[in-house]
Amino acid sequence: MQLALQILVNGLLLGGLYALLAVGLTLIFGVLRVVNFAHAEFMMLGMFGVYWVWHLTGLDPYLAVLVVTPLVLLFGIVCDRLIIQRTIGAPEVTVVFATLGLSIFLQNAALTLWTADIRSVTTAYSGMVLTPFGLRVSVPMLISFTVAMLAAAGLWLVLTRTLYGKAIQAVAQNREAAALMGIDVRRIYLWTFSVAVAAAGAMGGLIAPLFTVYPRVGISYIVTVFVIVVLGGLGSVPGAVLAALLIGLIEAAAGFLFGAAWAELSYFLIFLAVLIARPQGFFGRRGAEVFAGR
Amino acid sequence: MSLLEVTDLAVAYGDMIALEDVSIEVAAGETVTVLGANAAGKTTLLRAISGLVSARRGSIRFDGEPLLAVPSHERVARGLGLVPEGRLVFPFLSVEDNLRLGAFTPKARSRADATLERVYAMFPRLPERRRQMAGSLSGGEQQMLALGRGLMSLPRLLMLDEPSLGLAPILVQEVMQQVAAIRDEGVTVLIVEQNVHQTLKLADRGYVLENGRLTLQGAASELAASDEVRRAYLGL
Ligand SMILES: Nc1ncnc2c1ncn2[C@@H]1O[C@H](COP(=O)(O)OP(=O)(O)OP(=O)(O)O)[C@@H](O)[C@H]1O
Ligand SMILES: [Mg+2]
Repeated sequence: MQLALQILVNGLLLGGLYALLAVGLTLIFGVLRVVNFAHAEFMMLGMFGVYWVWHLTGLDPYLAVLVVTPLVLLFGIVCDRLIIQRTIGAPEVTVVFATLGLSIFLQNAALTLWTADIRSVTTAYSGMVLTPFGLRVSVPMLISFTVAMLAAAGLWLVLTRTLYGKAIQAVAQNREAAALMGIDVRRIYLWTFSVAVAAAGAMGGLIAPLFTVYPRVGISYIVTVFVIVVLGGLGSVPGAVLAALLIGLIEAAAGFLFGAAWAELSYFLIFLAVLIARPQGFFGRRGAEVFAGR
Repeated sequence: MSLLEVTDLAVAYGDMIALEDVSIEVAAGETVTVLGANAAGKTTLLRAISGLVSARRGSIRFDGEPLLAVPSHERVARGLGLVPEGRLVFPFLSVEDNLRLGAFTPKARSRADATLERVYAMFPRLPERRRQMAGSLSGGEQQMLALGRGLMSLPRLLMLDEPSLGLAPILVQEVMQQVAAIRDEGVTVLIVEQNVHQTLKLADRGYVLENGRLTLQGAASELAASDEVRRAYLGL
């Protein structure tokens, strides 16, 4: 029983972190119709950003996230202007090559600039653990989880409660009709892309105190996040959050029961099973439609 | 001076020429219709005026200003509205959200509450369904929503592309009455409609488009009386 609860806690904490990464990826797909293979590289930039700010100035890593996230946002704007906007309306392979190319470029730029060394961020509270009801809850993990969930909830509120958010949904559902409302579709693309990659950067910053930082760290996340996004229903924000929590749970449970090597395999099996039963993902009906339109 | 002035417009999709040498004018306060068989290029004309397709040649002026270099969303801000063929409501947003998005431009937004009330008064079935997803409305209701959404932008010229398409006869009547009501409010209307008989009664003037070229134009009553229109579009 205690073990089950512990797995539940660990899984949810991990899943909450995946959620912030997955929400951005699903939004970029739903609104721009772009599969952003470079998404986890923006996370990597957030990790390195926080690492360097912490390393060079000694600033607390969580405060460093506040500095780094706007920088990733700015970088997202540049990438949108230089790359993403130019692929809109181009054949799908062009878009795939563009974001895949960006991913490879960013990995190699990081390798060149910062070498392949594995780095980590440590704080006075790195090893601090809370023990409610005999469970072990890592303090930095809990902080990161909380901030990630709040950020995801904030994005959701903007999308569903503000006119600008509804305009984003309108673009996802029908971009021509949105233009006929007087909505500047390219501008919506710009903000959706850069805020989504900034969320990835923030997520990277939040996990910098938890996991090791290295140029190719994105590779170990991108597949997981794609599984989450498809499982949640392409384009669905609530679906992505739900699926992220589930994948976190599966990963934690499989890790405990069969060892770390089984974690990934186990959620791929579940992924296949769910897709056989519900090819559109959990929120399939709402999913592809809420944010991806026709 | 005309509110809308299209001169020698040519539009092509790849090698396929959809419009050639098309010139039309709409004066403020007028209701003008464009007739034509399927694939004549009517939708293409309205889309070119809205900026959803680009012109090969010619010019489009709105209120005296050239439009071709102006992006679609800005044309809406200048007072050019299009209720597109097939309605294109946002299916997974509520009726009210659809309407409020219709008033997205700054000028329309500042008056959105008052306009919304007017639209609800005009289409009494919409306020009953304000929280319902637009995609779950019936075809007739979706058309009313599309018309109402088109009015939300406070257009000076409202273009309507086949507003009665796919509706049951009784609803066609209702939609045509609503178009008349919009006209009576003083909105300038450019309408494309399969329902030629009623549209010619509603309109002041009309143009006939065939294979992307204008073949006939004149007062609506003249068109309704012409042999060509009677044969080809009125089935007489
Ligand atoms: N996006 C497109 N790509 C290629 N060809 C197109 C496109 N849109 C329209 N066409 C072609 O242009 C011609 C004119 O089409 P358009 O839709 O303007 O006709 P229409 O008069 O509105 O017809 P309908 O009464 O059926 O709505 C047609 O031959 C059509 O096949
Ligand atoms: Mg048409």
